[in-house]
Order: sequence, then C-alpha cells, then structure tokens
Amino acid sequence: MKFRTLFAAAVIGAAGFAPAVTAAEPQEVRQEMMKKVGGATGAMAKMVKGESDFDAAAALAALTTISEVAATYGEQFPEGSDTGFESEAAPAIWTDRAGFDAKLAEFKEDADAAVAAAPADLDALKAVFGPLTQNCGACHETYRLKSS
Amino acid sequence: MKRLALGLGLVVVAGAATAFMLTAPRPVAQERLEAITALEGDPAAGEALFWAGGCASCHAAPGAEGDAKLVLSGGVRLKSDFGTFIGPNISPDPDAGIGSWSVTDFANAMLAGVSPGGGHYYPAFPYGSYSRMSDGDIADLFAFMQTLPASDVASLPHEIGFPFNIRRSLGGWKLLFFTDAPHVAVSDDPQIARGQYLVEGPGHCGECHTPRNPVGGFVGQSWLAGAQNPEGEGVIPNLTPGGKSISGWSASDIAYYLESGFTPDFDSVGGSMVAVQKNMAKLTSGDRDAIAAYLKALPERANGWE
Repeated sequence: MKFRTLFAAAVIGAAGFAPAVTAAEPQEVRQEMMKKVGGATGAMAKMVKGESDFDAAAALAALTTISEVAATYGEQFPEGSDTGFESEAAPAIWTDRAGFDAKLAEFKEDADAAVAAAPADLDALKAVFGPLTQNCGACHETYRLKSS
Repeated sequence: MKRLALGLGLVVVAGAATAFMLTAPRPVAQERLEAITALEGDPAAGEALFWAGGCASCHAAPGAEGDAKLVLSGGVRLKSDFGTFIGPNISPDPDAGIGSWSVTDFANAMLAGVSPGGGHYYPAFPYGSYSRMSDGDIADLFAFMQTLPASDVASLPHEIGFPFNIRRSLGGWKLLFFTDAPHVAVSDDPQIARGQYLVEGPGHCGECHTPRNPVGGFVGQSWLAGAQNPEGEGVIPNLTPGGKSISGWSASDIAYYLESGFTPDFDSVGGSMVAVQKNMAKLTSGDRDAIAAYLKALPERANGWE
C-alpha cells in the first residue's frame, strides 16, 4: 500500500514535472525539427542517388515526417527567440514575417502533395523530391544565417 | 630658404604627377588583345563559363529565375562597406547594354577592370578574379553573351559616397591589390590545377570567402578562410581545411553540395550561396570534382572572421 502510494505520487510528480523538461526553448525545438527534416531528406536522397534501394514505405514515412514538421514549424519563432542556443535564424523572419510564412506555406503545400502522391517507384519519388527540396534553399536563402 | 621652398614644391608636384601616373587605368597589353581578337569564340563553351562566372547573379534582374537569368538587364543591389553597387545592364543592347563592345573592350573589362572609355571599374565587378581567365575563355564567353536577348533597361548609378565615388582612386586600389598571380602554389595535379583555375578565376569564390582589410584588399594569409558577410549579419564559411565549416567534408561531399545544395547532413545551401550553387549545378561533374579537389588541397587557415 505504502509502495503503491509512493509509486502513484512519483508518477504524478513526474507527470507534473514533465512539461518543464520537454518545454525546451523554441530555438532548440526548431533545430531538432530541421534535423528531422534533414534525416528524412537524407533517407530519400540516398534512394534518388541510387545508394540505397527504393523503399515505398520508408519514402512515405520520410515525406510524412517532413509534412508534419512543415505544419507546426512556424510556431517555433516567437518574438525574442531570434538569438541564443546557436540559432541561425535570420532577423528577416521577424522583419518580414509575411514573407517567411509564405515560404513555409509553399513548403507545406509541396510536402502534402508529395505525401498524397505516395510515390510507388523511384521515378515517382524523383518527381516529388526535386520540387519539395527546392524549398530548403528557397527559404534558407533569406531566412537563415550561417554562424560558422 | 627660397631654394628649399622650390625644392619642396618640386617634390609635391613630382609626387602628384607620380600618383597621377600610377593610378592611370592600364588596359590589357596590345599583343594579348590581338591574340584574343584573332580567336573564334565558341558560344557553347562560353555558356559553361557564363554559369561558372555567376554573371547572372548580379546582372540579371533581381529575383530572375530560369530563362530570365539570360536577360542581363542589371539592377541587383550589392551592399558593401563602401556603399551599394548596382549591377549594370550587360545585355547585347547597343545603347543600354554592351552591344556596341568589341571583344577588345570585353577583354579590357574582364582582365584589367578598364572600361571602353578608359576608366576604372569598381572591383565589386570581380575582375580581380577574372584577370586569371585564359584568352580562349574570354573569347568564348564574349561569343556566348552576344547570343543573349537584348534589354533596353537603363543601368542605375552606384550609391557610393566620398571618397570611393572618385573612380581615379581605384587606381590606388589596383596598385595595392590587383594581380593575376595565383593565390596558392600551382599544383602539378591537373585536377587540382583545373579547380584552382575555376575557383581563383571565373568562379571568383574568394571575393566573398576571403576577409578584406578596411580598404577592400584581401587579408594576407587568409585566402578562402571565410569572412564576415558584407551584406549583413552572419558569416561566409571558411573553405580551407583549417576551419570547422567544411573541413569534415570529403571531396565527394563538396562536389555533391555544389550539384544538389545538400550538405553531408542534408542541411541545405542558404544565403547568397543559393544562387551560386544553382550555377555550379550547371557545370560538368568533372569541374565540380576539380573544385572539390582544389579546396581539399588548400593550406589550413583559421576562420577569417574571428
């Protein structure tokens, strides 16, 4: 009984504490999100380059990951999160928020279209991979600064 | 006393005369111009140089994509510590562009930074790199540029303050910094040598990737070591094996980045390099491999912005 109470208290305590642990700074959250996109892009790029075999399920999973990131990525740029935690966000995100949001919307649209296409072979993947990944540079051209 | 004043006066006059002579625009040597004129330019070969040289990045209309990059109407604004340079119209329009130029005029601009009227160009036009280009490449590029569509959009004046708005002062800049000498010892390896030609010559990579002193010359011993971004915040990465920017990349990583815009982690190209990478994607894979081989062979340098 005592053990159970302690256990329950520990669970409740952990649950209460958890948000504080996971509520990372937006700079870190968005960096993690971009790393996910990088991982998903890399998995598909290896197929496109012929370094790994085409795998429809893996390709769809990668596209889905990218679409999910694109859906909420814009929320990770609140005012005041422009610097710190090795952020490479450009000031233009905040001085030209509409332009940034428009780029994100295009990214989301292309990602959703790629998921909907559900590429069944390598040629179908190549057909969505190029247009989708054009978004990377198109946004980084204006809204990301290199710090090293 | 009178003699001393006279002597000093003579020294001042002689000094001013010397400065005037030293800052005079110097076109390409006559024999070389004749050799270039004698060549038959190949427009198809010239197109490769057009992309390697990144001409469209400054001379196409701002934001131009696809075939619009071939219309060299000018208008791109290039911010610098000296003011804002605005890319002029270099389309084949005889009035608004360079349609009335001879290949000699073109060679003087590209190799010596001298205009048809005999004045200095600002080195924002990277003749400090183009000066390393071969006679054949100058003739081929000129032949290609004559095939492009003409545009009658007027060039805009640069927005440059005193004293940099005095073009004659560029003679001093040239005297101190303008050279066609190699930036690193030339390699015996033909692939590295080809990469060196592309990077130090038409590709003009060092113009952004090398730090500059307050009067716009490259900082010695910092070739391609990266620099503060002259257009604003952030840095231009260190391309030597001495920094952490790309020192962990293999030659094939570098070549793939130039082809696709992806880093080894599948991060992407950004900033001004987006336009450059699109140009590099149009080179042959052999040329991208050569650029990578040259970068891997560079001497290590500490980050140029620190």
